[in-house]
Amino acid sequence: MGVESTTVGLPGKPLAAGEAQDQALALVSDELNDKGFVVAQLDSVINWARTGSLWPMTFGLACCAVEFMQTIASRYDIDRIGMVPRASPRQSDVMIVAGTLCNKMAPAFRRVYDQMPEPRYVISMGSCANGGGYYHYSYSVVRGCDRVVPVDVYVPGCPPTAEALLYGIMQLQRKIRREGTIAR
Amino acid sequence: MDTAGLRDLGEHVATSLSDYVFAAEVTRDELTVDARADQVVRVLKFLKDDPRCRFEQLTDLCGVDYPERDPRFDVVYHLLSLSHNCRLRLKVGVNEDQPVPSATEIYPSAGWWERETWDLYGIYFAGNPDLRRLLTDYGFDGHPLRKDFPLTGYVELRYDSEQKRVVYEPVKLTQEFRRFDFLSPWEGASYPLPGDEKADEAGEDGRES
Repeated sequence: MGVESTTVGLPGKPLAAGEAQDQALALVSDELNDKGFVVAQLDSVINWARTGSLWPMTFGLACCAVEFMQTIASRYDIDRIGMVPRASPRQSDVMIVAGTLCNKMAPAFRRVYDQMPEPRYVISMGSCANGGGYYHYSYSVVRGCDRVVPVDVYVPGCPPTAEALLYGIMQLQRKIRREGTIAR
Repeated sequence: MDTAGLRDLGEHVATSLSDYVFAAEVTRDELTVDARADQVVRVLKFLKDDPRCRFEQLTDLCGVDYPERDPRFDVVYHLLSLSHNCRLRLKVGVNEDQPVPSATEIYPSAGWWERETWDLYGIYFAGNPDLRRLLTDYGFDGHPLRKDFPLTGYVELRYDSEQKRVVYEPVKLTQEFRRFDFLSPWEGASYPLPGDEKADEAGEDGRES
């Protein structure tokens, strides 16, 4: 059933453009025209969809938020990897904690995290969110946002550059792909 | 206003309010007036209404802590006169148990600054309509900008997955706070470098032998 018998080239490797690729594409489109469907693993499709539209919750707490804005804005433009910043936790998949998390903010921060639908991911951005950073010994700052929520990816820097955050986002995508499970 | 003008203004304030003002002096082209804490409202009213002063704006209100001094705290008012284009600093000294009359009647903008000063120094402002904490955490204990308040505070916080809420615990640090001395050993440092404690003795011995 499906396109099982018409594999050309090595499985999992993209074909270089040229004669062989044209031939393979022609085979696939012939199959599609013939039968009208393709078969793939459901979890791969779901994880592909997840990595392709990680909507971030905007949670800018301090100066890191400015670098986060740079990542959203035209030069690095995370929209091209399907990331649209959301103002509501109920519409978002990943929370990017950008900045210093204070004691007073921590209960509200946890509540926002609890409001996010599963599967949810957290990127901790910058030294302050990673471990208190400059304010590690302060009386008013949480020594790392992982004391309040589970964190998937830590992005170091003070503040991390937009490239660093983008790399962190790509690491999160890789993590999602590698986990390869539907339930989280 | 130039220095002479400021000096004149300071003298005018000191003579007009001789019962309430201790001193008025000009340093670095800035006029500073010392006054009695319990009469600060009267002084502020004069500074606002007197035609030679006309300090219509309160630009800042804050506290200062001098732990060894009596009275322990200073409350500092920074005033701006748009009419005369000049500024004035008013200082009053208070102790922990001594309330300062609130300036909110004269300058409504003083409200939140007094809240902040109360929050961070524990200086009580009598007559402030809403003297709650402003900056620190809900249920915070202590006044953090006092010199005897420990840097790391008393409590830290984490999420407890069993209680499903954020809980407070006594501070537990894996590494104590270290105070680094950033003076360059070639320039300002007056102490021996770490590891060099015995170097001077050895040097003298070397010269003698």
